[in-house]
This record gives sequence, C-alpha cells and structure tokens, in this order.
Amino acid sequence: MSTRDEIQAGLAEILEEVAGVTPADATPEKSFTDDLDVDSLSMVEIATAVEDKFGVAIPDDELGGIKTVGDAISFIEKNQ
Amino acid sequence: MTGLQTTTGSPAARISGFGSYRPRRRVTNDDLAATMDTSDDWIQSRVGIAERRWAGPDESLVDMSVAAGGKALAASGLDAADIDLVVLATTTPPTAIPGLAARIAHELGVPRPGAFDLNAGCAGWCYALSSAADAIRTGSARNALVIGGEKLTDHIDLTDRGTAVIFADGAGAAVVTGAETPGIGPVVWGSDGDLHAAIAIPEGERVMSMAGQSVYRWATTKLTATLAEAMDRAGVTPQDIDVFAPHQANLRIIELMAKRLGLPESTVIARDIVRSGNTSSASVPLALDALLESGEARSGDTALLLGYGAGLTFAGQVVVLP
Repeated sequence: MSTRDEIQAGLAEILEEVAGVTPADATPEKSFTDDLDVDSLSMVEIATAVEDKFGVAIPDDELGGIKTVGDAISFIEKNQ
Repeated sequence: MTGLQTTTGSPAARISGFGSYRPRRRVTNDDLAATMDTSDDWIQSRVGIAERRWAGPDESLVDMSVAAGGKALAASGLDAADIDLVVLATTTPPTAIPGLAARIAHELGVPRPGAFDLNAGCAGWCYALSSAADAIRTGSARNALVIGGEKLTDHIDLTDRGTAVIFADGAGAAVVTGAETPGIGPVVWGSDGDLHAAIAIPEGERVMSMAGQSVYRWATTKLTATLAEAMDRAGVTPQDIDVFAPHQANLRIIELMAKRLGLPESTVIARDIVRSGNTSSASVPLALDALLESGEARSGDTALLLGYGAGLTFAGQVVVLP
C-alpha cells in the first residue's frame, strides 16, 4: 500500500515521462487538461503507466471522471 | 468414401510490385479549421496529420482501386492475364451487393479470376495479403492482386473533429506471386471482439463513430506482442527490420510502437499519415509504395507490417519489399 505522498510522487514521475510535466507542478489541485496541458490520449498513456507502476487499472469509462491530479491520487489510493 | 486429391502450389510467395492512387484534392488542417472547431496545432499534436486526400465525384472506390491495381500490375511485370485471384480489402463499399473485386478485375482486363471483397477493418489489407500468399502456396492461385481501397469521406461528419480530421480516401495494391524462398512471412492475426463497438458505423447510420481513447489504449498496449510474434515467426529480430510500416492511424501510436519494439535508429518508419490521413485498409500499401518511390525504402528491404482496426482486428507480418 502506497501513501498519498508516495502516489503523488509516483504520478509526478509518470507525468514527466508521458507529458513532460515538471514534477513540482504535479500538485493535487492541478487540472490535467487546463493546467498541465495533458490531452485525452496522454491520459490513456498515464492510465497505462499507472497500471504498470501501482497495479491499479483505470478503465476507459472511469478515465473521463479524473480531472485533477488529486482525482487520480484518490482513485489509485482507493483501488490499490 | 473416395479419397480426394489436393493441390500444392508454389513453395513460397512474395510481393512483386506495388501501386497506389491518391485522390487529387488535398485538404489541409487550415481548410478544416475554417469549417469546424479545430486547428492545425490541435490536429498535429493529437494525430500527426498535416493534410489528407479526399476523393471527388469522379474518383469512386472502383476508380481508385483500378488505378492502384493497374500500377501494381505494371510494377510487377506481369500481364493482367497472369492474375487469377483479385482481393479487395475495403470497409467502405457504396453498397453491399455486388462485391467490387470482380468488377475491378474486369476493368483491369483480368480474365475470370477468383474475386472477393474482404472486410477486416483497417487490418483488411494485411489479412488479404496473407490470404493471397496462402492461396499461392496451396495452389489455389498462381498470381494475386491484393488491393486496399477506401472512400472513408462517405462516412464522416464535417462538424465532428473526432473523425473528420482523421479519415481520408485512397487505394494501394500489391501483386503477390510464387517464389522459391519466402518473401511474405507467417501472419499473426487475431481479433478482440469484445471491443466491437469501439469503431463502428452504427446500424442505419452513415457516419463512423470511434471511441478514441479505447482504441488508443488497445493499440498501444496489446499490439506490441503481435509485432514481436510476427518477427519471431519469420525468424527475424528488431535489428533486421529495415522498414516499419504499421497501419497509419495515429502518428503517436506509430512512434510509441516503434519505441516499445526497440527498433534500431536505422529502421525507416512509415509516417505517410502526415500527408495522407487515415485511409484504413489502404494505408499500409500506400505507405510502402511512397517509401519505395522516394527511395527511403529499397528493393530487398525487410519490412514489418501491421494492420489493426474495426472489429477489433489485427494482423502483422514480415515481408521482403520488391
């Protein structure tokens, strides 16, 4: 089980790798699309990487509901 | 019960010539941005398309397929009379009956060949290539013409940026002939029918719909193994691949696949989508013909092919370029 901080750090690494987001910018209140310029296809790559890293699958129909970094952290925390 | 005799054909099959037809009308991203909510930047960053070709009223699916098929025949050095199998891979026939392969053969002057249309989504041409190679090896045919032709603009909505910016028209073809040594490797094909609704023209409707995220996820996670198996079954490694020509669906998928396969820097990667858009089952032969014509790919090169799309279906194989 990862803590919220560990999940945030892991997610920041994924965001940097997939979408070139500076890790310090990957804070919970940030919107993927509006603040971090992550498009819908990059969200899919993030979901794939989350599954590899945390063993948590984010199905396509859940992906649309994940708007912020905090939403993603909560989803991973709840489903890990 | 009487025992039946059977036939054996050529020891192997190879591609002996390519041909293609690109519609005259060039449509840029700026042209599309004038009529719908999109921009050159939006399109290029998501799918990698800069322009595409849209067929006019005098460029029907049959016209384009005949043109591509005729060029492939000329490139192969065979006469129309040498062809005894014509396969048209398409997802966009104007009507269900009749299939178009027989008429295309007739217009090319091919006398009474086996002729059928094949729908395996955007994987259709790779399915057809494999079927033709098998027919030649079993003795069902001596020389085959394998065409991928599409008029996808019949099935787009000019106000929907999800599909109108992506899909386009064109035809590509290859002649497949017998050979002493294999020029077409074993196919690795399959399907994931649980995702049948992900790319579809819903019953009774005209316009295509696509669940972009689902298809993107499927293509980038499931198909690397298909490509690896196709190389393995053909007895080659990523280091042997001179040309990588997957279906031209999305430049980001193409780049991700190339990265995950570990292809060497020297491998030429087909990026025909940049100027052709997604032409479904025409995309692989169109891309290969363009690379051969530009000299980026050469005769004798080893090429890794992959078709994938509606169904969902997929087919990968390694071939030697003519």
